[in-house]
Amino acid sequence: MATFNLHINGKQQQVDADPSTPVLWVLRDNLNLVGTKFGCGIAMCGACTIHVDDVATRSCVLPVSAIGSKKITTIEGLSEKADHPVQKAWMEKDVPQCGYCQAGQIMTAAALLKKNANPSDEEIESTMSGNLCRCGTYQRIKAAIKTAAASL
Amino acid sequence: MSTNAFNRRRFIKVSALAGGGMLLTFDLLNGCKPAVSDVVTLPKEWYQLNGYLKIGDNGLITLMSPNPEIGQNVKTSMPMMVAEELDVDWKDVMVEQAALNADLYKPMQIAGGSNSISASWEAMRTAGATAKQMLKQAAANEWKVPVAEILTTNGMLSHKASGKSAGYGVFASAASKLPVPEKVALKKVSEFTIIGTSRKNVDGQKIVSGQPLFGLDYKEEGMLIAMIVHPGAFGQQLKESDISGVKTMPGIVDAFFVDVYPEKLERQWSDVAAFPKLLAIVGKSTWQVMQAKKTVKVETEPIKPTSKKMNVFGTDVEMITPAGPENTAMHKEKMMAGAPSRTKTVRKDGDPEAVFKKAATIIERSYSCPFLAHSTMEPMNFFADVKEGSAILTGPVQTPSFLEKTISDRLGLPLDKVEVKMTRMGGGFGRRLYGHFGVEAAVISQKMKAPVKLIYTREDDMTNGVYRPAYYATYRAALDENKNLLAFHVKAGGIPESPLHANRFPAGAIEHYLAEEWDIPTNISVGAFRAPASNFIAGAEQSFLDELAEAMGKDPIQFRLELCEKAKSKPVGKDNDYEIDRYAGVLKLVREKSGWGTPAAPGVARGVASYFCHRSYVAHVVDIVMKNNKPVIEKVTTAVDCGIVVNPDAATNLSEGAVTDAIGHAMYSAITFTNGVPDQKNFDGYKLIRYSEAPKKIETHFLKSEVDPTGMGEPSGPPAIGALANALYKATGKRFYDQPFFG
Ligand code: FES
Ligand code: FES
Repeated sequence: MATFNLHINGKQQQVDADPSTPVLWVLRDNLNLVGTKFGCGIAMCGACTIHVDDVATRSCVLPVSAIGSKKITTIEGLSEKADHPVQKAWMEKDVPQCGYCQAGQIMTAAALLKKNANPSDEEIESTMSGNLCRCGTYQRIKAAIKTAAASL
Repeated sequence: MSTNAFNRRRFIKVSALAGGGMLLTFDLLNGCKPAVSDVVTLPKEWYQLNGYLKIGDNGLITLMSPNPEIGQNVKTSMPMMVAEELDVDWKDVMVEQAALNADLYKPMQIAGGSNSISASWEAMRTAGATAKQMLKQAAANEWKVPVAEILTTNGMLSHKASGKSAGYGVFASAASKLPVPEKVALKKVSEFTIIGTSRKNVDGQKIVSGQPLFGLDYKEEGMLIAMIVHPGAFGQQLKESDISGVKTMPGIVDAFFVDVYPEKLERQWSDVAAFPKLLAIVGKSTWQVMQAKKTVKVETEPIKPTSKKMNVFGTDVEMITPAGPENTAMHKEKMMAGAPSRTKTVRKDGDPEAVFKKAATIIERSYSCPFLAHSTMEPMNFFADVKEGSAILTGPVQTPSFLEKTISDRLGLPLDKVEVKMTRMGGGFGRRLYGHFGVEAAVISQKMKAPVKLIYTREDDMTNGVYRPAYYATYRAALDENKNLLAFHVKAGGIPESPLHANRFPAGAIEHYLAEEWDIPTNISVGAFRAPASNFIAGAEQSFLDELAEAMGKDPIQFRLELCEKAKSKPVGKDNDYEIDRYAGVLKLVREKSGWGTPAAPGVARGVASYFCHRSYVAHVVDIVMKNNKPVIEKVTTAVDCGIVVNPDAATNLSEGAVTDAIGHAMYSAITFTNGVPDQKNFDGYKLIRYSEAPKKIETHFLKSEVDPTGMGEPSGPPAIGALANALYKATGKRFYDQPFFG
């Protein structure tokens, strides 16, 4: 066990955890931030995507000891009132079916648009292909990213 | 207008509920504030007019969504049916997940068989109409005017002659005290203002902001985390061994073997579980339990062969479980040989054997598909808090009432001391019809005397069985010298069940027709899937029809329509399980919308297929181009006849999902076995379709219809596989017979 001071969603948080604990489980178990989802645990599905210093990162394979002073943003911290352009576009296009993958999809899309407000179809495709959606909402994810990009 | 009797037993006692604060405690999970509460004032009092709705003194409406939500959007679409007849403004509506209550919600609170909307079509609308009638009566009594003269619109009551009007909230209290009318009138389709219009997901905002909606998100004070270890191989069972090392791992509270399903427990159909005995590891945090789990080496021994009868919805089904390790190579060999001793004729029209003997040409083709894992994005999990005389369970299950019964039997508690609460599910696809994980959580909680949440890792989830069965089918057609179709023969089977629907099209369209089926028992546990059998059989049959059309020199859509014409004008046999006009209807619609018959763009290859299942009709045209020997799916044009479409945009989403799901599995996915051990354990080995491989565009067209709604969650999947296979042939000159096509 060790103590870590983490910068999460604009707040400083202290957690006691084994240094090998993935950030995913620190968020879900220690900090009760359960918007970040568990899907595979091996960086293959993207359900656990968070931002580490604005970069989309798979939190299921990221040990808490590797964070240091980097800033973490989770789906809960993406906006105050679910009004980030990507969230708004997701609602407008009514993307979710079961919804379980969508926090990860939104975090991946939001990081992409932060880097490049006007991504090409190829960039969208290569970025979003790391996030599985078992319900098959890929059509709408594409439409929502275009809507969000247009609103930026 | 039609009239409808509403069974009084379905209503809970009419009573005014406590103040507005009560509403929030209805939500299972903390943080699940109704989305509209940000913009509207909650009422001081709620009045429950029946089990489906409450009306606040300020006119706010709460509608109860009875069925489990797995992503099929019932939590939005089903309350829309109540709102329609209640005549309320959708923006004044809040939706809550109803509690499990078999007396109140008919026919059953279940998610399966694409049944939710169609099965509740009468009950949901009648609930709305009944409440509306009671509100009208209350106003008529107060205003001293005939009830028939009162009009309703958007949550308002009005009486023209006297000029009186009031909101529903004003009369909610008085209405709640009135007798429930025996018969109420329901609207005509032309009067609908909510049904048939697109309404957004009522949980949309909560989903995109990461609020705790799912079983995996559920927490309670003092809750422990539990995980299981299973034998790892089908045909094996756990042997108790020394596990003391695990118990001393950091954060571990206990580890023990559990008999989840003891031999003497009578299992229901929903209790499919290959591994009745498990090792449970219980600890304080998920990661610690995961770490401890990795260190365990369990001992196993071979199972004994068994044969049991199981009651499946009133029919006794023989469940044979052979012993011994199974392999995919052996499965394939067995399926190719069929199972002569377990083959039976399911339908025979005319004299197919004789006609095949004198045929000028016989075309024969065989098709296969592998076992599949459901891979719901949310792995199996369940919360259980078992006390001395009671049990409360919360989590994702498609069959909550069945789970309640099994928990009651397994723990020896009266049914009314067991409560199963439903959460939103991160996917179902049939996997969560089988609630063994709920039983496991309960047994572990009972032993720990503490609230427990059981979590499966992805590996546990993928290697625990309840797979979509492996199937195989051989089709034969007899043609005369002039290439006329004389006879048709299908022989299909699977491990451990047949995928055949012998009375579906093209049965009824061909004079000499033979359908046979067989099965091969296995110790690998299997279960439902999203259109489990139809996905395979539609792909096979529709590919075969394509090949047949080519051999006969006909356009594939024209060929199918000619068969439809035969089935309509001179139907063969009497058990044909389809409406031929609806079948032909989607073919004609897809022909028109896809531009079939006009030349496709250079490099684009097209395939078509149609199918009927889950009471609905779907046809697709799939356009592909080949790139690096793999198809890029440029466009899917879809025509659907599912009767009245309650929520068109949501239905479109669901149909797009079914197409992507079916194409993805047909292209890439398979569970294979080596000595009973699944070779794929996570998404590195088990390939699911990804964004880059999904259709670039799906265009969905619904046939205009006034027929009561039929299934929607599944029917768009099956014909997508046939249309893809037929497009692949056009693109490559090669037929694709064995799924996964690109595994
Ligand atoms: S849970 Fe992290 S990528 Fe799947
Ligand atoms: S919406 Fe269900 S997994 Fe994406």
